[in-house]
Amino acid sequence: MTRHLLSAGDLSASEATTILDSAEQMYAIQARQVKKLPALRGRTVVNLFFEDSTRTRSSFEIAGKWLSADVINISAKGSSVSKGESLRDTVLTVAAMGVDAVVVRHAASGAVQRITEWVGCHVINAGDGTHEHPTQALLDAFSIRRRLGELSGRHVAIVGDVTHSRVARSNVLLLRTLGARVTLVAPPTLMPAGVATWKCGLSWDLDAVLAGEVDGPVDAMMMLRVQRERMSGGYFPTEREYAIGYGLSPRRLALLPEHAVVLHPGPMNRGLEISSAAADSDRSIVLDQVRAGVAVRMSVLYHLLAGADEPAAALEEASA
Amino acid sequence: MSPQSNSTHPPASLLPSQPADLGPAKTVLLADDVGRILDRIAHQILEKTRGGEDVVLLGIPTRGTFLAERLATRIQTFGEISVGLGSLDITLHRDDLRTQAVRPIGRTVEPAGGIDGKLAILVDDVLFSGRTVRAALDALTDLGRPRAVQLAVLVDRGHRELPIRADYVGKNLPTSRDEQVRVSLAEYDGVDAVNIYQPVQPS
Repeated sequence: MTRHLLSAGDLSASEATTILDSAEQMYAIQARQVKKLPALRGRTVVNLFFEDSTRTRSSFEIAGKWLSADVINISAKGSSVSKGESLRDTVLTVAAMGVDAVVVRHAASGAVQRITEWVGCHVINAGDGTHEHPTQALLDAFSIRRRLGELSGRHVAIVGDVTHSRVARSNVLLLRTLGARVTLVAPPTLMPAGVATWKCGLSWDLDAVLAGEVDGPVDAMMMLRVQRERMSGGYFPTEREYAIGYGLSPRRLALLPEHAVVLHPGPMNRGLEISSAAADSDRSIVLDQVRAGVAVRMSVLYHLLAGADEPAAALEEASA
Repeated sequence: MSPQSNSTHPPASLLPSQPADLGPAKTVLLADDVGRILDRIAHQILEKTRGGEDVVLLGIPTRGTFLAERLATRIQTFGEISVGLGSLDITLHRDDLRTQAVRPIGRTVEPAGGIDGKLAILVDDVLFSGRTVRAALDALTDLGRPRAVQLAVLVDRGHRELPIRADYVGKNLPTSRDEQVRVSLAEYDGVDAVNIYQPVQPS
């Protein structure tokens, strides 16, 4: 297993499968009366969130606590960051307290990668800018796998604001690794530069994808959130027009194959990218995704933190 | 399902492949022996628990799970009683997690009806230091509170590091600490056997 989890692309197929298999066991623990395991006793995990988050931060916190790690939350608001402390100083301060892992969310792409160059502890990417969000991709894969079985050979359509979506990026990488086909569906303005080099299909026409005309019938539909906070550049004329072109309306929901599932990383803009009919239907596994979030993050923390530290890493720390 | 046919030494091809890091092997139990031992343990469980009432068998993965399944089948045959069956993974409760590479997590299956108030019998293949059993006792408290806990093992090779003993022992195998005892089971390894491997002699 790698030392840090920065990108979904860092995981090999067997590593990803191991994490998902372990998550399956962690998932069963959620149903128990005593939700506590001693595996990370004496380890300290710091959630360092420079951006707002509800589900990611709280599920990392619960995951750490259920594994008996001590979890500390630091958010940019109310910390020294608001007094003007630099990212490097904040991170070094936290690391100097002797923590075993930091879970970082930051608005700048690549910030988490940079942090690994400064500290010796494990670093987990909980979302960096528009770059990656690997644990989200893992929990999406986990949720689809629970519903549909093995991911190999499945076809997943990711619809919406791909440009600003770290979820889409991580999912393309991970789903490919696990043997699934991915088609990105978005208006041309919301396709990132260089998307042609990604290992996935592309389409501007959601109805054609639903009809199975692009790379065959769809097994899972992942609707991305329209990130209103990043929508200043005039990416589409009106929200109404976006909803008509790329929203998962009741009509489109009915076009999906019988077994297909609907995912959304949350928080949902009902009526915009996803209709209430779709969000609340039997096919929607949005709440399953949240439930899976804790199990998958437990599994990630376990695999990164539970074992012995490699001696190479210890040397690195000593010389740093 | 019990493969108890060959009374002679199994052909070499049936033996599990020789692990690269181990020296020469000595086979101490054959398929018949394993079958007879499990028959006896099943009878002992029935005798000691007065007919197997309230008994749940909890196998410790990987091979303990298969042994527990076999014992449950035999108890069903001999005692005409269907005992609870589950498996209990102990990976997350090990005391050596921090000193070894990360291990994958095995399956924990709670027996139908749970374990509260039941007589839980832990089943494992080899009893050695006793640390696995200690971890299992911890893991058990997460599942519930059994009335009592007993331990059944196929092989007891000694060298205990904790005050733990088995209630049902298939075979006591005196070994030296640097030998390796490997239990092979048909469900997992393709053949039933117990082998002792000598340590590799430095050449």
